[in-house]
Order: sequence, then structure tokens, then C-alpha cells
Amino acid sequence: MITKKIYLYFPKSETEKPIVYQLVKDYDLIVNIFRAKVTPEEEGYLSLEVTGSQENITRAFAFLGTFDVVIHAGNKGVHWDESRCSHCGACVVHCPPAALAIVDPHTRTIAFNEDRCIECLACIAACPFGACSSAF
Amino acid sequence: MTKTYTEINEKIASGKAVVLTAEEVIAYVDKHGLETAAKEVDVVTTATFGPMCSSGCFLNFGHSTPKMRITEAWINDVMAYCGIAAVDVYIGATQLRHNDPANMYHPGEFRYGGGHVIEDLVAGKKLQLFGLSYGTDDYPRREIRTMFDINDLNQAIMVNPRNCYQNYNVAVNVSDKRIYTYLGILRARMRNMTYCSAGQLAPLLNDPYYETIGVGTSVWLAGARGIVYAQGTQHCSLVERSENGVPVEGAGTLALSANMKEMRPEFVRGVSFKGYGVSLALGVGIPIPILNPEILRRTTVRDRDIQACVIDYSTDYPEKTDRVLGRFSYEELRSGAVELMGKKVPVTSLSSYNKALKICNLLKSEIEDGHFFLSEPSQRLPLNQGMKSLTITGAAR
Repeated sequence: MITKKIYLYFPKSETEKPIVYQLVKDYDLIVNIFRAKVTPEEEGYLSLEVTGSQENITRAFAFLGTFDVVIHAGNKGVHWDESRCSHCGACVVHCPPAALAIVDPHTRTIAFNEDRCIECLACIAACPFGACSSAF
Repeated sequence: MTKTYTEINEKIASGKAVVLTAEEVIAYVDKHGLETAAKEVDVVTTATFGPMCSSGCFLNFGHSTPKMRITEAWINDVMAYCGIAAVDVYIGATQLRHNDPANMYHPGEFRYGGGHVIEDLVAGKKLQLFGLSYGTDDYPRREIRTMFDINDLNQAIMVNPRNCYQNYNVAVNVSDKRIYTYLGILRARMRNMTYCSAGQLAPLLNDPYYETIGVGTSVWLAGARGIVYAQGTQHCSLVERSENGVPVEGAGTLALSANMKEMRPEFVRGVSFKGYGVSLALGVGIPIPILNPEILRRTTVRDRDIQACVIDYSTDYPEKTDRVLGRFSYEELRSGAVELMGKKVPVTSLSSYNKALKICNLLKSEIEDGHFFLSEPSQRLPLNQGMKSLTITGAAR
């Protein structure tokens, strides 16, 4: 069993389709949704984690490929721009899963561990430098 | 054993100066002893990187045809001050963008303002100038709208009345409601705490009695060669100090200036404080000449020897009660949590130790390579100066 984080974009033509249901039913994947959104223009955004066998995940990604859906494997809904980060550490206390943390206590360097992020978006408000942003 | 500025500069010129960062000097003196180290070490580099609200810049646009005496101006929709000569303007770090709803829908986001304009200028981006005038015989143009970048300007000179606070408050919120401050988001019931100092790297904590940092001192301001042009606003040296002479609160400040055309964008960053406003984060490095063992001893100050006061920003700070909830060393604050009033409180910083350390090392290399020389201050910063409060007098009807 492996777990992959993916972030999907659904154009208007695909938002009506119950794609996630099929991931569960046809590919036996365990789905953990972090965030989902449908815009007034009827575009959809979905950030989720899927767990299953490598074979099923590969087949599921191929299935997603048959739709007009944009898949960003591993690239989640929250982005940390390292070049904008000033390593002040203001975010650390506001990040519940410690995805943003001091990784070198001597130089007090901050790093973002994408796998830990639960997309609560608290960092976006907490960072004065605008280093964190949301894909949707 | 003493040295002079001239002797140290001669060593820098010949590439023989011994330069250590404010961090390296601690272990060096521990190992070699103060007297020996004072003979060997010529310069200690100090630095800080953090939000410095009292920052801004003078820009000179040069004249259009026909000429214009700009009376009102906006750069990327951020208002600039024009009450000076024809095409000079001053833009300040905390100026909001025109039509920013501020805190009308609390807490406001303040995504763009004066600090961001300054960042964009240094980064070489194109910005929009919109200016208005009433028109005169010699300056007939009444309106201007054009795009420009820093290379189109005759001068872009940063002039910051208050930078490099010697030490600073540690902010906490004892109320039941989350508050939004210039020290970041403070969660209710002391669920977090923010400090803002480079601690053992900070310039004025390494020279607590302003023996070498004064008016005329050469500084590294965001990569440019700058100077201390005056005491900073609110410079207040008459404060409580620890036994080592280091203030336990704000205390001294510096007024700094440098050419923005020489600055590096990495060290000039617009910042947005949710619910508070915009500002500018700046990197400053200051070399301390080791003229005698006493000056060297002061530079060996370490985080555990520097105390800062915890202030409640929900009531005590706005109401100016002067109440201090507790006092911690920067070593304790950097550990990530402290115990205050029987409660474990997580602590974070707004000042970047990482960038300050980087600046200490950059300045060290510049001095070692013979590119940065020291200058003797022409004037000491006041040592016995307090701070006045504003008394409200007269009828406010």
C-alpha cells in the first residue's frame, strides 16, 4: 500500500462527474480529501490523498487521464515559495501539524514538509512575507 | 592594548584584517582569552533582519517635457509625499495602497503598500507613476502617467528615521480574543508569543553604550554602503539595563541612509501584517572595530545574557500601563517555548536570525576582501536621553 497526495483541477465540462466515487469503487482507493471547491464559473479544485496498491493507483491515474482533468501529483493546494521565505519563523506556531518548522536550529532555517500539510491555510495569514499561497 | 580606526582600515586595505561574526567571536574569546583576542581580532560583524516600519525613500524622477511640479503622486497606487521640490517625492513603508479597505472588513489583508513599492523598485520592476499638479508658469504640466523603474530615476535614496532597535518587546495576548498586531497574530489566552530581535547578532546589543556605532558610522544597508545619519527617532538610552549594560527594552535606535540602486532585493522585502498594515523588512549589517578589549568583551554577548520583556498587547501596550508580565533571555525564547504565569507558551520570532547570520557573513567577506572600510563616528549617540510622552492639551471639540 502506498499513499500519494494529488491536487486536481476540473474544468467546467468535468465538474458534474462523480470521479472520486469511481476512484473508491473501481480502484479500491482510500480517499482522504483535504479541500474541495467549485467556483461560480463551475470549475472544480480538489486536494486529496489516495492510498492503495501501486497497481491500482497507476490504473486510477490512467482513468483520471481519460477526463479533461489536470493532475498535479505530489503538488498540493498549498505552496511555499522558498525565495520569498525570510526564515523568521512566524509561521511555526500557527502550523498545527508542524509542516513548516525550523529544520536547522543553528541557522534557524525554515523548511516546508509538504507531506505533513493538512491545508488549514493558517500559514497564509501568519506569513508577513507572503511566502505561502493557496492554489485555490 | 588599543587600535585606531586608521590602523584597522590599513589592515583591511592590505587584506590582513581579522574579521569574525558576532557569533564566531563568542567561541574565539572563550578559547583565546580577551587580551589575546583583542590583539588579534580587528572587526566583529553584527546584523539584523526584520520589519522596520520607519523606513522610506526619496526618489527624483527628472523632468518631463513640458515640466511639472508634482503636488500629488501615486506609485503603483501608493501615495507618495510631494511637499518638497518639483520632481522629488518620498514614499514611506507603511503607506497603504489607494482604496485598500484597511480594517473595514477586519482583519484586513494589506497585500500591497509602500514597503512593497520599495521592494519592487530595488528588484528592478516596472512601476506606474501617476502625478497631479495645479500648474504654474514655469511648470505647466498638470498630469502625468508613465511607467518607470529604478534605472530611470536620477536618485533613489533610502532614508529611514528609525531602524535597528537595540532590543524589543516580546508580545503576548492575555485577552479572550485573537488580536492582530505589528508583532503578528497573537492568539487568545497567551497561546503564542512573538519576539523581534537578532539577539546576540544585533548591532546595538553588541555595542550597548554606543562606543563605536554613532553618527557617521558606515553600515551595510541591504547590500548597499550606507551610513548612520542621525540618532534614530525614539532613541532612548535611559532604560533599565542588565549587569552587562545590555538594555532589557527598546532603547537605542539608528537613522540610516543608503543608495537603493546598490541594494539587493533579498534584503528589502515588503511585508503584510494581517489586521495591522504594511511595512518593510530590511537587512542591516554593522561592523564593530575592536579598538580595545572592552569593546571586544561587549561583542561576546550571547543570547543567554540578553533579556527581553513580555508585554500584553491586548491591554497593557495600547493603554501604556508599563506593566511587564515577565522577562526571558533570547536563549529561552529561541528554545521555542517558555513558561509564563504558570502556562507553557510557544514562542516564535519575526526577526530572521537566518538572514542576520547571512548578512554577518556577507559583511565579513566584504571587509576581508578589502571592499568595506570602517568610518569613525563624527558624533556619539546620546547616552542620557529619555523619551517623552504626548500630553493631550487644550479643548478637543
